[in-house]
Amino acid sequence: MHEVSIMRSTLDVAEDQARRSGATHIHSLRMRIGLLSGVVADALRFAFEALRQNTLAASALLEIEEVRPACWCMDCQAEFEVNDYIYECPRCRRPSADLRRGREIALVSLEIS
Amino acid sequence: MCQECGCSQKGPYKIDGQSVGEVVLTPVAAGASSAVAHAHAHGAGHTHSHTHAHGHDHSHVHLDVNLSVLAQNDRFAERNRGAFQALGLSVLNMVSSPGAGKTLLLQRTLEALEGKLRAAVIVGDLATENDAERLRTTTAPVIQITTGTLCHLEAEMISTAVAKLDLRNLDLLIIENVGNLVCPASFDLGESTRVALLSTTEGEDKPLKYPPIFQNADAVVLTKTDLAKAVEFNRETALVNLHRASPKARLFETSAKTGAGMSEWCDYLVRLRAG
Repeated sequence: MHEVSIMRSTLDVAEDQARRSGATHIHSLRMRIGLLSGVVADALRFAFEALRQNTLAASALLEIEEVRPACWCMDCQAEFEVNDYIYECPRCRRPSADLRRGREIALVSLEIS
Repeated sequence: MCQECGCSQKGPYKIDGQSVGEVVLTPVAAGASSAVAHAHAHGAGHTHSHTHAHGHDHSHVHLDVNLSVLAQNDRFAERNRGAFQALGLSVLNMVSSPGAGKTLLLQRTLEALEGKLRAAVIVGDLATENDAERLRTTTAPVIQITTGTLCHLEAEMISTAVAKLDLRNLDLLIIENVGNLVCPASFDLGESTRVALLSTTEGEDKPLKYPPIFQNADAVVLTKTDLAKAVEFNRETALVNLHRASPKARLFETSAKTGAGMSEWCDYLVRLRAG
């Protein structure tokens, strides 16, 4: 159920940003969610439906961009996609500690007026 | 809020037995956001198609925000980190499962560092002052945070707790996190070095079963090596597993009971301060 509190924070940030720009409506919110973030996109959408009433985003669309996790391999000097919690390069089998993407929970942009 | 297990309500917590009121912050934008008409800056590795809900006029403005939603803990953590760095203080965040041997390792570490580094400890548990009392047998100042129901320490608790310490007269601050192999992985406290413990009695495959806590460790301490034989601990397998889960970590093998490996570990802490 932590998606509810994450969505509440997202709406707080969105309203704050919209008001600073002098807007009275939020028409859409774009979020970026990494697949290793521990946040489930569908649960986030459900929370959005429940929480958007009485906010500037009451009739807004929620767009969620999912980010596939990727690590950097020092030996191969290349990225590889991570499909497991053990980050091992599929080319050389060397483990990597350098996760470049996949843990994001971010509000990317808004459409406002 | 805990991203991992959802124990979302941070109740009142205590520092050295005194209740601490909850601090409520309103989100503040980090840096100015820009209002531009449909100019997107994208990082590599993702694409998106842009659709508009029609049936409304097109006087909409596109506002780039790019703020992390978990920013509240992260902001406290960055503030802590900045304050610690300004003082040249090295800060350890020690994480492990309950009973992995954090407190005994710390007790022996503090004893060994006496006269070499000026150290202090912040220790987190759900309840009791037991760990603080064990650590107060040393000369280091010790602060106990009891979290009530929360399964991890948060950066804001650390900033409240350090107010009770004279940081200017310290070289090393050690934070003993709540014993939990899951949630503390997600909460930056502003530390400079994250240390994960694995005890021989937990088995060789713990790093593979709970990778996130090991993944971002700078050092791993294998504890209770004196019990390895009794529990038929397979050292080779454990080291392979540890390397797979935490490839960047420095490894130390210790027995706080017999003192084996303690000098390498303590030398590392002294060098952290120097580096």
